[in-house]
Amino acid sequence: MSAVLDHHDHHAHDDHHAPSGWRRWVFATNHKDIGTLYLLFAFTMLMIGGVLALLIRAELFQPGLQVVNPELFNQLTTMHGVIMVFGAIMPAFVGFANWMIPLQIGAADMAFARMNNFSFWLMIPAALMVVLSFFMPGGAPAAGWTFYAPLTLQMGPSMDAGIFALHILGASSIMGSINIIVTVLNMRAPGMTLMKMPLFCWTWLITAYLLIAVMPVLAGAITMTLTDRHFGTTFFNPAAGGDPVMFQHIFWFFGHPEVYIMILPAFGIISAIVPAFARKKLFGYASMVYATASIAILSFIVWAHHMYTTGMPVTGQLFFMYATMLISVPTGVKIFNWLATMWKGSMTFEAPMLWAVGFIFVFTMGGFTGLILSMAPVDIQLQDTYYVVAHFHYVLVAGSLFAMFAGIYYWLPKWTGVMYSETRGKIHFWWSMISFNITFFPMHFLGLAGMPRRYADYPMQFADFNAIASVGAFGFGLAQVFFFFAVVLPAMRGQGPKAPQKPWEGAEGLEWEVPSPAPFHTFETPPKLDATATKIIG
Amino acid sequence: MLGYNKRLLNFEIQRQLAACPLSGGGRIGHKPHAGESGQSRIIKDIEEVNMMKSISNKLASLLLMAGAWAGTTAFTAAQAVNDLPGGPAVNQLNLHPAVTKIAAEQQWLHWFLLIICTVIFVAVFGVMFYSILKHRKSVGHKPADFHESVAVEIAWTVIPFIIVILMALPATKTVVAMKDTSNADLTIKVTGYQWKWGYDYLKGEGEGIGFISSLDSTHRAMSESGKPAPTDDYLLKVDNPLVVPVDKKIRIITTANDVIHAFMVPAFGIKQDAIPGFVRDTWFRAEQTGDFYGQCAELCGKEHAYMPIHVKVLSAEDYAKWVDGQKKAMAAKADDPAKVWALGELVQRGEKVYAANCAVCHQANGKGAGPFKPLDASAIVLDADKSKQIGVVLNGRAAMPSWKQLSDTEIAAVITYTKNSWSNKTGQLVQPADIKTARK
Repeated sequence: MSAVLDHHDHHAHDDHHAPSGWRRWVFATNHKDIGTLYLLFAFTMLMIGGVLALLIRAELFQPGLQVVNPELFNQLTTMHGVIMVFGAIMPAFVGFANWMIPLQIGAADMAFARMNNFSFWLMIPAALMVVLSFFMPGGAPAAGWTFYAPLTLQMGPSMDAGIFALHILGASSIMGSINIIVTVLNMRAPGMTLMKMPLFCWTWLITAYLLIAVMPVLAGAITMTLTDRHFGTTFFNPAAGGDPVMFQHIFWFFGHPEVYIMILPAFGIISAIVPAFARKKLFGYASMVYATASIAILSFIVWAHHMYTTGMPVTGQLFFMYATMLISVPTGVKIFNWLATMWKGSMTFEAPMLWAVGFIFVFTMGGFTGLILSMAPVDIQLQDTYYVVAHFHYVLVAGSLFAMFAGIYYWLPKWTGVMYSETRGKIHFWWSMISFNITFFPMHFLGLAGMPRRYADYPMQFADFNAIASVGAFGFGLAQVFFFFAVVLPAMRGQGPKAPQKPWEGAEGLEWEVPSPAPFHTFETPPKLDATATKIIG
Repeated sequence: MLGYNKRLLNFEIQRQLAACPLSGGGRIGHKPHAGESGQSRIIKDIEEVNMMKSISNKLASLLLMAGAWAGTTAFTAAQAVNDLPGGPAVNQLNLHPAVTKIAAEQQWLHWFLLIICTVIFVAVFGVMFYSILKHRKSVGHKPADFHESVAVEIAWTVIPFIIVILMALPATKTVVAMKDTSNADLTIKVTGYQWKWGYDYLKGEGEGIGFISSLDSTHRAMSESGKPAPTDDYLLKVDNPLVVPVDKKIRIITTANDVIHAFMVPAFGIKQDAIPGFVRDTWFRAEQTGDFYGQCAELCGKEHAYMPIHVKVLSAEDYAKWVDGQKKAMAAKADDPAKVWALGELVQRGEKVYAANCAVCHQANGKGAGPFKPLDASAIVLDADKSKQIGVVLNGRAAMPSWKQLSDTEIAAVITYTKNSWSNKTGQLVQPADIKTARK
């Protein structure tokens, strides 16, 4: 233990490094503090994005315009997407990475502690710009989160604010990714070989490479949009010979790997939780790593499946269809591996495991609708309808978000030093699970029946399913408010029974080798690890 | 959050009031008593709610209210609206009944995939739930020790791979068929405008016919009112449907004037983006006569939800009759571009053009809204140099698209109208000949 807690010997030294008050957060260089900041920021953005979603659902509750006008409606759908993708899901996973990667690989901190601070605080002005763009002349951007040209050329000044914000967020993501890659590759404790590393670190390592590869592509696309808007270039402006479809190609070359950026870390979290609560080692560790890498590589050659209706040549459509269908193979391997881990285990179902099993169940439904959408002739019917909306909420909400909830319940005792209330965790799970399905399952039917997405008003035959979805959405939103007041807040205030060092019987990994809450400094000298690199010896 | 909930509550009151007439003056559990209006009853409810101290109570009652109200609306809507043949059916669960071979193949493929996926889903999660029931600590199951098996892992990589190939084979056939737009009997160019469709018959029977198709303006007003009366073709009714003959291969060439739109008719199994500056094509051969509906499927700005597609499929004879009628009407309607108009008649004509094209952004009162500039008292409109306004209308500016697709007479009329309406009293007159010159 002394290797872990050697700050007991250096009290003066420690005081110097643990500032208090606002300085602790503004000048934070500690990976745990920065992780906390990221998570709180992401939760705030989740709530803001959620309010926008509820406004959308309120408008769609009944046919006719009652709450917002169509222009504001488009702003709401656009900003809901932007805020959830760039403000909630991505930063939340970076928060997890900051907290857990150093703890899991036995490193003292992230490799670049000050850059880490910078990548967090860069997000604040960007987020302010995004959220406050609603109050700019002409309102927030309303061209959809995909920013398709040439509609973007018609937007007001808030579009430029949005582009600037995305640039900043991109810079922040790239810095965060470099930090993670360098940390994982260089700062592992002796004996923690790559193939002994927890899968969460693996999935983040791969995700970080994806981010570095595609964020500049997004930056290029939006910069060209910016110069088209103001400096007389015509990359995407058809009025002067530009090509709007080129924008879509560039955007989705970023956008599809982005989808995996938002789900791979979730796979890592689930791969930690399922073995812990099945009390059995993860099945097929190596194939999990290879499957993750395959998904990442394939993600670069499938982008145009978002564009079947743009009118590609037949060979293009076939190529992207085959490549997309191929992704279901490594994704299937992951699901099977989790099942095999559960098989003949000795399972208990505390909140983290409930969320993990819930994740596998609902995420797989999203995976299957993805397979159906990958088929070009069927996609022609479903493209830009509510079926697509249902599909990506099944993989992003029931996928990414549910995995994050699983991770939060799993590691909250380590972060805060107190146990959450199991009853409240279960209420949160069942409440979210049921209301989520009430919200999004009917959208499959709406999409099959041909209701286009991003519609402020719709034919009356669609009314009932829309009403049901809206009721479900408000239920789902309230479940997250409950989560904040009943789980997060008490944990942050330190209310609840004291958490033991390792609250989960079957959990493995170095994070459970340090006390709860994890001390401000851990692993200041590299720990000595056993042969499996899951325990500290001596 | 609290502030938001309160606003939500207020919003609930308004919605409740709006819903009352629809649901016959009451809602579940709250029949208005004699001498007590629905409104006061609801406000009393809200006061009761406000008095409750705990947040959870507040949230719970809100949820209940929403639930009760959803029940009522769902019930009323189901009663009042009927299926729209060729359009959506009430609570439709699957794709539209197929009217073309391609749509039938898509439907088959969808079922094929859905069945395979469901079988796999049930099998996989059967195993998972069996494991969840049997292999739990509470029933005393001890964990096994295995954590890899090369054979199993290869099997569950190879088998899905084979299944995927089996799925891809029939899909390939349909993709190739879908993309074959050769040997069409009739070619129609579909142009997306913000926010209406233009149809031009390029080749085949009816060549030369061209018209604009936009949403029936009463439907837009119904939408704006917030409580549209039950209507089967709500938001799907257009002034001029696209008319095609049955059993003929129709090639649709899509393009757009301003931003990307998408031409979609679910019953035909077609959806093709209409991209400005580019042409794309798709095709269909309708196998039965009737009316078929679709909507724009690519976000195209604020009125995206209000540019429906209505395709009327006629028998060969009826189609020939329709073509004949169109040709005669076109000949009668054509404006003489050389005509010199008087101020009064040009303003009258311009008012119609304005209502059909401009009022949606600049508003009927000319005051504009948000990013859409007012025309009333606008410097450009009032300017003695009429070429400035002509330039803006022809070429567009900032958020305003180009309107050069309108005829010289229409543009001249609408400019004259704006120069002589509301507080604008310039007395200026713009003749079609001016537009003709400006176009050069």
